Amino acid sequence: MATELSPVSQIPPEFHVKVDHDQCRKCKRCVLNCSFGCMQFKDKVTPDHSKCVACHRCTTFCPENAISITDHPMVYKENANWTERIRQNTLKQAETGGILLTGMGNPKPYPILWDHLLIDACQVTNPSIDPLREPMELRTFLGSKPDKLEFERDEHNNVRLKTQLAPHIQLDIPVIFAAMSYGAVSHNVHKSLAIAANKMGTLMNTGEGGLHEDLYPYSGRIMVQVASGRFGVHSDYLKAGAAVEIKIGQGAKPGIGGHLPGEKVGLEISKTRMIPVGTDALSPAPHHDIYSIEDLSQLIFAIKEATDYMKPVSVKIAAVHNVAAIASGIVRAGADIVTIDGFRGGTGATPAIIRDNVGIPIELALAAVDQRLRDEGIRNQASLVCAGSIREAADVAKAIALGADACVIGTAALIALGCRVCQKCYTGNCAWGIATQRPELTRRLDPDVGSQRLCNLLTAWKHELQEVLGSLGVNSIESLRGSRERLRGIGLDKETLEILGVKPAGVGM
Amino acid sequence: MRCNTRIPSGCAISGMMCESGDRVDGSAIIKSIALMHDRSNGLGGGFAAYGIYPRRADQYAFHMMFDDFAAKENFDEYVKDHFIVERDEVIPTSPFGNITSPPVLWRYFLNVDEKKLEFVEDREYVVNKVMEINSNVPGAFVSSSGKNMGAFKGVGYPEDIGHFYKLEEYKGYIWTSHGRFPTNTPGWWGGAHPFGLLDWSIVHNGEISSYGINKRYLEMFGYKLELRTDTEVVAYLFDLLVRRQNLPMELAVKALSAPFWDNIDRMEPHTKELMTAIRMVYGGALLNGPYSIILGHSRGMMGLNDRIKLRPMTCGRKDDMLYMASEESAIREIEPDLDTVWSPKAGEAVVGTLNGEVE
Repeated sequence: MATELSPVSQIPPEFHVKVDHDQCRKCKRCVLNCSFGCMQFKDKVTPDHSKCVACHRCTTFCPENAISITDHPMVYKENANWTERIRQNTLKQAETGGILLTGMGNPKPYPILWDHLLIDACQVTNPSIDPLREPMELRTFLGSKPDKLEFERDEHNNVRLKTQLAPHIQLDIPVIFAAMSYGAVSHNVHKSLAIAANKMGTLMNTGEGGLHEDLYPYSGRIMVQVASGRFGVHSDYLKAGAAVEIKIGQGAKPGIGGHLPGEKVGLEISKTRMIPVGTDALSPAPHHDIYSIEDLSQLIFAIKEATDYMKPVSVKIAAVHNVAAIASGIVRAGADIVTIDGFRGGTGATPAIIRDNVGIPIELALAAVDQRLRDEGIRNQASLVCAGSIREAADVAKAIALGADACVIGTAALIALGCRVCQKCYTGNCAWGIATQRPELTRRLDPDVGSQRLCNLLTAWKHELQEVLGSLGVNSIESLRGSRERLRGIGLDKETLEILGVKPAGVGM
Repeated sequence: MRCNTRIPSGCAISGMMCESGDRVDGSAIIKSIALMHDRSNGLGGGFAAYGIYPRRADQYAFHMMFDDFAAKENFDEYVKDHFIVERDEVIPTSPFGNITSPPVLWRYFLNVDEKKLEFVEDREYVVNKVMEINSNVPGAFVSSSGKNMGAFKGVGYPEDIGHFYKLEEYKGYIWTSHGRFPTNTPGWWGGAHPFGLLDWSIVHNGEISSYGINKRYLEMFGYKLELRTDTEVVAYLFDLLVRRQNLPMELAVKALSAPFWDNIDRMEPHTKELMTAIRMVYGGALLNGPYSIILGHSRGMMGLNDRIKLRPMTCGRKDDMLYMASEESAIREIEPDLDTVWSPKAGEAVVGTLNGEVE
């Protein structure tokens, strides 16, 4: 049996909460709002700094702006090798003996290639187009396309389409919401996403936790996921979705499974996931019926059979070293959509060692996959959706130019809903009512307000994308899609530029 | 010698066709393009002519440009291995003041040995060989490769190029022409317009802003884009859609210069289905950016503008003659008394079709 350690933790606090007691009028809103137990009231507001996660809930709702949060003023002996983060983590593991858990996407300062790509614009030889005066089309179709179309003539000698097209999803903006399960996020988050997806003509994704019965009316704009735990998967669920996604991997945790702790599995989640109340929902690392590519093909066609070939089937994988060949295999296995999640992609909970060290950036994965599928002449057979830290409309424009059909936003959507990226999703204490199931917290997010904020975000991005297209002198998104000629790299080495298929800035056409 | 960077350029284009198949000599088209002198800058001009080799109408007429005679010798070795050479001769030119340092200009009338066509259709074979020559035979360039047609092009003002090639001495039922205003000096004759492949020829005023994806789309179907010109892209897209995939011309045009979704959404159901499918499947073929194009082929001529008409094009008709040009004046210059004259709408193709037999 392990020796009992001192109850006093050696780990210094991360943040310092300063309350200006001259301004504070002791209304206790901060105390009521703090879900991490940091803000306490002992005659006056008295923060427990060690519990602060910098979620900003208290500062946002303080009517006197009396609260400020700073880094905890703690100086470590300078050391570029033994960084503060490493020393803190070592202390945590010495105290707990556990895997370091965390939430959200990879925060480490790896190169962000989006920020090393620059977009072209028209000058003189070809005119730019004013998006306020001319149509500027973003309509996108996800699904498998044939190499060519065939036509025939009807009895009146009119040309008619002979080719039977595979099922497609029409998007009004090439940005879809990421897979976030009911369980990882609250019902109100799901509802906000579902309403916004319907209003904006895009998609939300159930993630691996099934779809709550209240949200079936929105299912025409919902991609339903089938993950290794098969939680909430049943015939009506598959048939309800606009598309079905087989989740193989996730950028924040490639190669490992998932775990929703039993305390989060209340009655509603239990019904939706089809598991008993209070039991842990464990998603195995692999699908236990997929041990090779031919097994994946069987599952793809099993789902197509179950949905009468009416729904596109997506396969989602994490961006790993051999992603191009794997994606090619997935297309040949019959997937209509391939979703690739880069190593900066978000999550509700993951071991930090996996999140911070496994996988490759989405920019490189996307470029490699798009080129591989073109080299093999099968690019049209599947749509390519890219995920894993799409932060702003500029990232979307660059991703589309590299070859993506559409982009996925998870963290950006959550930030729109109030998330402050404090990375404490796995604790279930989310003060903004997002990554929690505590009813007193989840009710903080009103789905009407949330969906409006999401619609606003997408509307803003839509206008920004249209501005970019106009400056590029094209009036339709498909003229940017895969047009790497309109990108230039800055501060990138030759090999990276080659993988991206992009010339360095300063080189003309 | 060869220019491997892409050079944006402005241009003048003019085309004329006799739909009944009567042939006229090249003096009219020279006069028409000469009127638009100011739209080019002396760095490129050219013509395509159909019906010029009636006695060898069944043979592939390869108009070749060689850097020097050594390159020609390389090509002569190559061509013997891959084709039956029925005749080869110098392309006649007249020394003309403004035209300097032309390449070696030669034409070959070729047939393909049946034995080579066991696994491939003859036009496909010829396309593959044209790609191979342009990529792999040093110093040799195929300027045009169709039957009973040819491209005549070079560095200079178009009217000077026309006289240099003695186009007054050829008779054709379709003539197209091009005057170029490139933004820097190509110095390479092969880079001038028209661009030809089989009996396709393209003259083009504009810049394809979607070049990057059009190129990658074509590469997926095995095309090698050696010239890095917009014109090459346009010609290959027609080759892919019309020759290889058998799209009716009127639908190929809708893939290249697609109607807007707002308009498609208002179409009657069958047309809507058709147009939606075309845009979904042929997004990579959508030509975006400013352009006006005249496409020539053995059965007709077609004019096409970009989706929002960012470059000019005017058309006119007189009896069985169809004219199209960057400026109306260029048509009036050779046919002052037109039956009709109009500016085609954005994205709407103007089609001239050969009704009769070529005389």
